[in-house]
Amino acid sequence: MPEATKGITPSQTVGPFFAYGLTSNGKYDWNDAFTNNLVTPDTSGERIRIEGRVFDGDGAPLPDCMLEIWQADAQGRFSDPQDQRALPNSSFKGFGRCGTDANGGYVFDTIKPGMVPDPDGQPQAPHILLAIFARGMLLQNYTRIYFDGEAGNAADPVLALVPADRRATLIAERQPGNGNAVYRLDIRLQGDDETVFFDI
Amino acid sequence: MTLVYPIASNAAHPARLSPGYRSTLKRSPQKPLIIMRQTLSELTGPVYGHETVRENDHDLTTQHAGEPLGERIIVHGHVLDEDGRGVPNTLIELWQANACGRYIHVVDQHPAPLDPNFTGAGRAQTDSAGYYKFITVKPGAYPWGNHHNAWRPAHIHFSVFGHAFISRLVTQMYFPGDPLFEFDPIFNSVPDEKARMRMVSSFDMENTQPEWALCYRFNIVLRGRNATPRETK
Repeated sequence: MPEATKGITPSQTVGPFFAYGLTSNGKYDWNDAFTNNLVTPDTSGERIRIEGRVFDGDGAPLPDCMLEIWQADAQGRFSDPQDQRALPNSSFKGFGRCGTDANGGYVFDTIKPGMVPDPDGQPQAPHILLAIFARGMLLQNYTRIYFDGEAGNAADPVLALVPADRRATLIAERQPGNGNAVYRLDIRLQGDDETVFFDI
Repeated sequence: MTLVYPIASNAAHPARLSPGYRSTLKRSPQKPLIIMRQTLSELTGPVYGHETVRENDHDLTTQHAGEPLGERIIVHGHVLDEDGRGVPNTLIELWQANACGRYIHVVDQHPAPLDPNFTGAGRAQTDSAGYYKFITVKPGAYPWGNHHNAWRPAHIHFSVFGHAFISRLVTQMYFPGDPLFEFDPIFNSVPDEKARMRMVSSFDMENTQPEWALCYRFNIVLRGRNATPRETK
């Protein structure tokens, strides 16, 4: 075994060329470990699509960005043995990855997550964790995706930490239409309407 | 959940705004990050079985009909937590330029040849002790447009998961003694020299294979598990 180590390994940028290794999506001779579709036929819960675009401080879209999401299943349980609550197991894995397209666009097909408690046992509104990686980012940014129209948003302990005039950057907007719900959330890395990022 | 990951560990990371690396100027936040308590959402993370890692995904020299050109190397080590405990069964993804410093990515058009026998992507899962091993070729240095005569030191990109969504790490492994270190704003974005040197692999003579390949050791230390107990009511 190696000797004990003091301090973590620092982060470095994902760079401009990760796609063939991390998000090849059929464009390169390599298979993807993860996709942007988290839904399997045996997944229970409300099917939703989350889509949007990622922009830099000039308002230019990022065609070379990678987004990763992590979320609970419809019962609010994580697919991780560290979640030891007595809730039913689901086949839902809860992790997805998407490389942005030429217009900075991303899409995730997933389910609406259930309620997850905060450290005091108080309910958090349904939310999805989002990590953002790109060239020009030396370290991923963490944010959360909440959902338009959720009764729990008003009492959510994390949203409550965010200045009221910035909360909208975390709340995906329900799009009009029939069929599965589509929510839209754009990510702005910088600027007046900069997305709220968390120091965790 | 009664544990939290100390936020102080993040001091090892680069500042998001590192002006020497020009692309950070328009892609780093200008508003303060919001400090929050870690909840179950932050302290859990994806767990994968071996199904996502195929038998030869760790050997980048056997993915095509022929062998890639360049200096064959072994890169191995442990994924550890902050207490030096191995992180078992965690996924490592790796990508890199070929021996000439050229990526297969369509956007990389710098005048160096592609190698038809080298994709440059690999994947492995750590064993029960946190150990991993890749076989590849040593990547070349390559130019980039950040400033006049800018060259990246040879590096291999690593993507690692660990125990939680907030232990997720994307980094770059460098090679010992690279003369380009002092000129590279990405390497030097890490302010602390000791932290910087944790991104540099060490030459491993003991595990160098006679008549076959040099070996480098690269241990990856993730946040967590020296976590501080906290009253949660």
